[in-house]
Amino acid sequence: MEKRVIFKGWMLPALLLLPQIVITAIFFFYPAGQAIWQSMFVPDPFGLKTQFVGLGNFEYLLGDPYYRASFVTTAIFSGLVTVVSMGVALYLAILADRLIKGSGTYRTLLIWPYAVAPAVAGVLWMFMFNTRVGVVAWYLGLLGYDWNHVLNEAEAMGLVVVASSWGRISYNFLFFLAGLQAIPRSVIEAAAIDGAKFWTRFRTIVWPLLSPTTFFLLVVNVVYAFFETFGVIHTITAGGPQQATTILVYKVYSDGFVGQDLGSSAAQSVILLVLVGLLTVIQFKFIERRVHY
Amino acid sequence: MSEQRGMVEKRGLGHWLTHLGLIIGVLFIFFPIWLAFVASTVTQPEIVRPPMPLLPGDQFFENYSKALLSGVNAPVAMMMLNSLIMALGITIGKIVISLTSAFAIVYFRFPGRTVFFWLIFLTLMLPVEVRIVPTYEVIANFGMLNSYSGLIFPLIASATATFLFRQFFLTVPDELTEAARVDGASPMQFFWHILLPMSRTNIAALFVILFIYGWNQYLWPLLITTDPSMNTIVMGIRQMFPSGDDLADWPVIMATSILAMVPPVIVVISMQKLFIRGLVDSEK
Repeated sequence: MEKRVIFKGWMLPALLLLPQIVITAIFFFYPAGQAIWQSMFVPDPFGLKTQFVGLGNFEYLLGDPYYRASFVTTAIFSGLVTVVSMGVALYLAILADRLIKGSGTYRTLLIWPYAVAPAVAGVLWMFMFNTRVGVVAWYLGLLGYDWNHVLNEAEAMGLVVVASSWGRISYNFLFFLAGLQAIPRSVIEAAAIDGAKFWTRFRTIVWPLLSPTTFFLLVVNVVYAFFETFGVIHTITAGGPQQATTILVYKVYSDGFVGQDLGSSAAQSVILLVLVGLLTVIQFKFIERRVHY
Repeated sequence: MSEQRGMVEKRGLGHWLTHLGLIIGVLFIFFPIWLAFVASTVTQPEIVRPPMPLLPGDQFFENYSKALLSGVNAPVAMMMLNSLIMALGITIGKIVISLTSAFAIVYFRFPGRTVFFWLIFLTLMLPVEVRIVPTYEVIANFGMLNSYSGLIFPLIASATATFLFRQFFLTVPDELTEAARVDGASPMQFFWHILLPMSRTNIAALFVILFIYGWNQYLWPLLITTDPSMNTIVMGIRQMFPSGDDLADWPVIMATSILAMVPPVIVVISMQKLFIRGLVDSEK
């Protein structure tokens, strides 16, 4: 799409573009280029020189059991976060959609956790399940369950999944409710008149008509679980125990800043870059399709 | 309207079950925050001897004033000011550079225009989390560690807002531009007096979303603010936990957590319409 009516000249537009170009060049393209460049070097043991290794860092990474484990961890983590946050949100949205009035009130009550930072959400959940002072951990102990996410890998994963999903429910709820309310009442009532019960109506009418929303949320939530949950993991488990919650983004951080292995960290950045690229392409392909709906 | 909508909605028992289900959901969402609030109003001994109380205590003013005025490493009031400056810097900076560059791309033809567009478009794809190490080095080389500009600039370098304004400018009728030109308006007059006022709602919606985004940043401030007086509140909470086996000052930490969520939550609730619009816009 292009404008037919435009202004003349090139000095003014160049001036208008300049701030964005300069900032993007310095803080985006240069670092991104550096990441690609650094990914092909390893520092010598004394950190004085670096040596060109081509794709060596990538080869090493793909053979590294820890890195492969981190891939699996990321897949499990983002899968669970997506399913939990979307499942709860869909359930609540269906309930709210059934109300004749009051769905707006519930919407107000449910959307604001979106504003709570993932890192703060992490602190809240860590506090509830803290092995020393956590209320929930204490009551679980009363029931005979010995909660300890500091040592138990499955419990650590469970906790970061719930803490990451918690704030995300708001966002998904908002989009699901809007999607449900966009379905014409008449279609559903016609089915009801024909004797279709709630589950039949949901399976044959609501779910298919909701699928664009669902697919959109699927992509967005995977992106969220990949890149925006660093705060949750850093505050609750710091990637542990035994790297059980070290997702890819966390590993870029821990190898690059804690481990000081710049070559490997840069190579991991490049791999992530490719992953984001793929997700973005999927997202855009989908949006193109949605426009034609 | 509601009289006609009655056919598939539940009445009687089903109606109450629907409310019950929703209330359970709301309670599940509220519970962690309620607990944090309670913890921020009681004394340390009440927390470290579990189970802690489930109703607020009487230490509200003590804990919050201690957090705000002295904190653990730095006064929380100072961290909140840092967060505010960072959030506003990111929000305003991003909106301003995006408005001008979208205007240039949509309303002018100049050599390299498509190239610039694609260069900006590329930045959509790479969140700051992915390029942290080299970006950190850039900031360090510029001597921008522990500075507001170091906190703000790398987070402005993304094109989401440019893209949004471009989409909106393309829907502005050409007749308006034509009329402005006939009346002898310069491009910048057109921009100021016609385009900007028309973009008001879009700008406001984006403002809400970007403010929350900026306020909630964690990883980036964690890396580049080593000086406690430059910490932002969201990353500062984590720094309040002692290393090793020492006991954390839970009432102050929880008061800080509550303080960290108050500004963005107020923004979301008071500007709910704009917030929802912003969310929907920025995903298009």
